Amino acid sequence: MKRVFTVPDKWRIFFSRTVFEISKLGVDSIPLVIVISIFIGAVITIQMQLNITSPLIPAYSVGLATRDIVLLEFSNSILCLILAGKVGSNIASEIGTMRVTEQIDALDIMGVNSANFLVLPKVVGFLFYMPILVAFCIATSFIGGFFVAAFTDIIPVSRFIYGMQAFFQEWYVWYGFIKSLFFSVVISSVAAFYGYYVRGGALEVGKASTNAVVASSILILLLDVVLTKLLLQ
Amino acid sequence: MIEVRNLTKSFDGKTILHDVSATFETGKTNLIIGQSGSGKTVLIKSIVGLVRPEVGSILYDGRDFMQMDAVQVKNLRKEIGMLFQGSALFDSETVLGNVMFPLSMFTEMSPAEIKDRARFCLERVNLKGADDKYPSEISGGMQKRVAIARAIALNPKYLFCDEPNSGLDPRTSILIDELLLDITHEYNMTTIINTHDMNSVLGIGENIIFINKGYREWVGDMNKIYTSANKALEEFVFANDLFQKVRQYVLQNEHPGAGK
Repeated sequence: MKRVFTVPDKWRIFFSRTVFEISKLGVDSIPLVIVISIFIGAVITIQMQLNITSPLIPAYSVGLATRDIVLLEFSNSILCLILAGKVGSNIASEIGTMRVTEQIDALDIMGVNSANFLVLPKVVGFLFYMPILVAFCIATSFIGGFFVAAFTDIIPVSRFIYGMQAFFQEWYVWYGFIKSLFFSVVISSVAAFYGYYVRGGALEVGKASTNAVVASSILILLLDVVLTKLLLQ
Repeated sequence: MIEVRNLTKSFDGKTILHDVSATFETGKTNLIIGQSGSGKTVLIKSIVGLVRPEVGSILYDGRDFMQMDAVQVKNLRKEIGMLFQGSALFDSETVLGNVMFPLSMFTEMSPAEIKDRARFCLERVNLKGADDKYPSEISGGMQKRVAIARAIALNPKYLFCDEPNSGLDPRTSILIDELLLDITHEYNMTTIINTHDMNSVLGIGENIIFINKGYREWVGDMNKIYTSANKALEEFVFANDLFQKVRQYVLQNEHPGAGK
């Protein structure tokens, strides 16, 4: 842990590796985020409409509920659970493979601080890119919801858009971003930990990758409760 | 010169190395030989510091490795090159990138100079035209060469090789052996090779340390090995009929009267 968060040996290499990790962990996750968000956004809208079919509740509340669900929970916690599967297993298996094929030993022998060299660019890169993924997620979820309003007749488009804008609380957006930053560190550091301390062979790398996903998912959910209590109350 | 004094190392209460002392000379290929499980990998890993022994001292030209702090260890490691059993090349880098890695990490050379130096090292190990390939795309022998090129990139004073011939055909093994021997003489390095390949032992064994069951059993060179009276060594080195015949032949023709 202490060896990870030290000053990098060479800043130039640290930056180039961070950019590389951003492109690998972050940019490559965008298609997944977009696909999932469009569908979940659409599903949330349909389910809200099904649940709110009372003449006492105004029609625009479907838009409002969709927006708040996306902002409060889906765009950060659920997204991070999904990313824990994709990014977490990627990090754990990559570092774990480097461990069992002696590549980490080779780094150590050269005098490179291997923990810092391998882990810090991933943690920093993913942390920087997380808000962008969250923003993509929010935007595409809303588009998914809008598609439902536009192409089906379950809710008028004008009502849906009015609902999207009604009783907007800016803090919800910041709350989501803050949570996602914590989760991003959990995903990258837990996965790196499991990968770095692999002993054995290919089988253990697979196990480490599974354990990393399970552990980071549980930690995300725990942290979700704690952060929600701290930030929203 | 690297001196190892009274090294003892155990794992989970089982002692792997018993009070091993050895001297590895500069400008020579120093071989550590022994059966699988005899403790030779533990010995080489103790010397480079991947494993920490309980007792003993390791002197790099008089500098005690066990007494060094983190900064001193880091500086010493810049003088060390190591060749791993599985080559341990970085999968995400090309061949050239792998050799350039230690240079860009530890020198202040410009990118052009780094590239030149890396190309020079690759030419030194007779590997041309594979610069832009990835480690997974080249053969085992080529991977070993790349690993040697990477190990010598920083002009190390000490070169460690953990079973450089494992998984290679006899012909490629001999080429790798000769390459290691040439490089050792050319740059006057202290080379320590961990091996159980008898071709290497009889071909490039300028200083041989035989480890048996965690004890240092015998020290000598490839000429003395024929006449050694050590039973365990004889059984290990001349394990099959062919080697026994070779031994008999050498003894009769070159050392008449010895080793009977």
